Amino acid sequence: MRSLIRRHTPDAGPRDPAPSKLGYRFQRLMLTPGFRASVRIGMPILLIAAIVGSWYSKEENRTAFAATIAETKRSFQERPQFMVQSLAVTGADDATMARVVEMLPSDYPVSSFDLELEAMRAEIEALDPVKSASVRVGEAGTLEVVLTARVPAALWRDGSTLRLIDGEGVPSGSVSSRASRLDLPLIAGDGAEQHIEEALALYAGAGPLRERVRGLVRMGERRWDIVLDRDQRILLPGDGAVPALDRVIALNDAQDMLSRDVVVVDMRNTERPTLRMNEEAAAAMRRVSATINNNEAGN
Amino acid sequence: MGDLYDSQRAMRQMRKAAMQRGVVAILDVGTSKIACLVLRFDGPEQFRGVDGVGSMAGQSQFRVIGAATTRSRGVRFGEVDAMQETERAIRTVVQAAQKMANVRVDHVIACLSGARPRSYGLDGVLDVAGGMVTEQDISQVMASCDVPDYGSDREVLHAQPVNFALDHRSGLADPRGQVGNKLTTDMHMLTVDATAIQNLFYCIKRCDLELAGLASSAYVSGMSSLVEDEQELGAACIDLGGGSTGISVFMKKHMIYADSVRMGGEHVTSDISMGLQVPGSIAERIKTFYGGVVATGMDDREMIEIGGDTGDWEHDRRTVSRAELIGIMRPRVEEILEEVRARLDAAGFEHLPSQQIVLTGGGSQIPGLDGLASKILGQQVRLGRPLRVQGLPQAAIGPAFSSAVGLTLFAANPQDEWWDFEIPADRYPARSLKRAVKWFKDNW
Repeated sequence: MRSLIRRHTPDAGPRDPAPSKLGYRFQRLMLTPGFRASVRIGMPILLIAAIVGSWYSKEENRTAFAATIAETKRSFQERPQFMVQSLAVTGADDATMARVVEMLPSDYPVSSFDLELEAMRAEIEALDPVKSASVRVGEAGTLEVVLTARVPAALWRDGSTLRLIDGEGVPSGSVSSRASRLDLPLIAGDGAEQHIEEALALYAGAGPLRERVRGLVRMGERRWDIVLDRDQRILLPGDGAVPALDRVIALNDAQDMLSRDVVVVDMRNTERPTLRMNEEAAAAMRRVSATINNNEAGN
Repeated sequence: MGDLYDSQRAMRQMRKAAMQRGVVAILDVGTSKIACLVLRFDGPEQFRGVDGVGSMAGQSQFRVIGAATTRSRGVRFGEVDAMQETERAIRTVVQAAQKMANVRVDHVIACLSGARPRSYGLDGVLDVAGGMVTEQDISQVMASCDVPDYGSDREVLHAQPVNFALDHRSGLADPRGQVGNKLTTDMHMLTVDATAIQNLFYCIKRCDLELAGLASSAYVSGMSSLVEDEQELGAACIDLGGGSTGISVFMKKHMIYADSVRMGGEHVTSDISMGLQVPGSIAERIKTFYGGVVATGMDDREMIEIGGDTGDWEHDRRTVSRAELIGIMRPRVEEILEEVRARLDAAGFEHLPSQQIVLTGGGSQIPGLDGLASKILGQQVRLGRPLRVQGLPQAAIGPAFSSAVGLTLFAANPQDEWWDFEIPADRYPARSLKRAVKWFKDNW
């Protein structure tokens, strides 16, 4: 109910509608586009950053946050879809496969996120007997490793050991005796392993002499000698070794040269093939020629 | 004189900068109310195509985006009387307009109604010796105008060339490029009290605003409320404001005379206040609700409750008949109109080919004023309302806003003033490069 007596408040004069100078300036400031944008966007960002920062600056919050992240990550990665259950290695001999299996993780199941397939492949390919490898997580959670083994092309006598060596000059294991790999040519000499393809070409070009070839020897890191049985040797030049060998084979076909008492067929100078007979043959020849000379003199 | 050039040029530069920014405020500092409009300039063709109307007097290039009015305080007779109060009122109105426009305003074009305007007609003669009239000639003929001694405490508010004549051909709007011997010009100069301008300038500066233009309120209300024919053939605009009544006479689309009578609606209100023994606010309310100038028999019977808040029951329950109220108002309105009549006679208004008189301003809303005015001022009297401009709110289209609307037109396409023409060469600084260039041009 309204009181009959007017409330008279001497302090409250007529209300002034004018904004205070500060209020006026503030309103104008807020109408300035740049300032308004900074207040509307910058301030909330600053506030959020401050809250997050103050929360994150506490040690236990940080650890709890990290643990939450790790837990979430682990629970995702260890879903059954991503688990690797078994291992399958194929494509090489047993010894190599055993070594590969040793290098791979042994505890299954393991999450495929934890497997560094590229690193595994590099590690497996670093093995001597392995030429290349493919590593993948296949169906039903199997870690499939398919190996391509190196095919030895020759035996390389490296000091006292016999190594298997492939066409690219990469050793891929060793054998105890020559007899275990009679199908491969034997090569020896300093720097022989760096010129395997030349040696293999010579061996391939040996043709009818193949049965008799005991090995190829790199001489002076420059040229090849072919060592035959009965201690015969064919000395080939540094350049044009295969044609020179062809000439030796042709000579052998024509005159059965190598079935005679020849010790060395020297083809180093291709213009002038030279033969060296063994001492007994040379003595016998000298003797025969002396007899002939005497007979001629006697006549 | 050089000082005038500089200050007016500075204002013109400011106005151009404001146009470039696209937002400028209009401030009509009146005695009874202060109005502020915020204009956005968007280029000439921005709002066309909506209603199929072409650019109307160049006003299609702007739009009113904010408007506010507040009761004026600290202004008397159209001049700033109490600086602090006026500053607060300007702050109020600018803040409200900014809030409506949602944009910050830095430049203000203001008009003032008082400050004792005084008109001068100047003429200048220049011998162009059979050559072609160049811009330099125009500036020189204007510089050759015989400027009267208008007093050191006054400043030139407007100085507009209204007519050019070449030999015996008069009424040229733009004599550039024409060939003749004698170039003459007529110029209209309006001076006002320097202190009034300075006070207004100071108030606006205290509100962190820049003054980008200044106009006489009589001139701008004439621009907005006279139609084109009236401006062309000759008409007078009577702006019945709160504290002063502005008179502007237009001819050939130029203002040729302006004056102001230092009486207005507030005097009517104070008469009512004194006559009925009521406070000013109640007198104002009674005037706006029941006011009039022509009494009829009906008005004797129509009793007006005066009301009041004094606590004296008898005093607050008085009634007055409307005829009595009219009896109070009419002599004062008549006095104002008589004074206007005297000013117009002094200016030689009866020699104009057309003697249309347009009443505008808040005071023109008194019922029956046109009848009274036609008795005093002549037969051709009409009530004028300002032009319609884009985006003006409904509350601001009345005749009380004719000077505010006129200021928007003034801002959009201002008339060339003296200081907008090229500076005459002999007024350049002595070592100016431009002067050297001109010397070469003239001698080779």
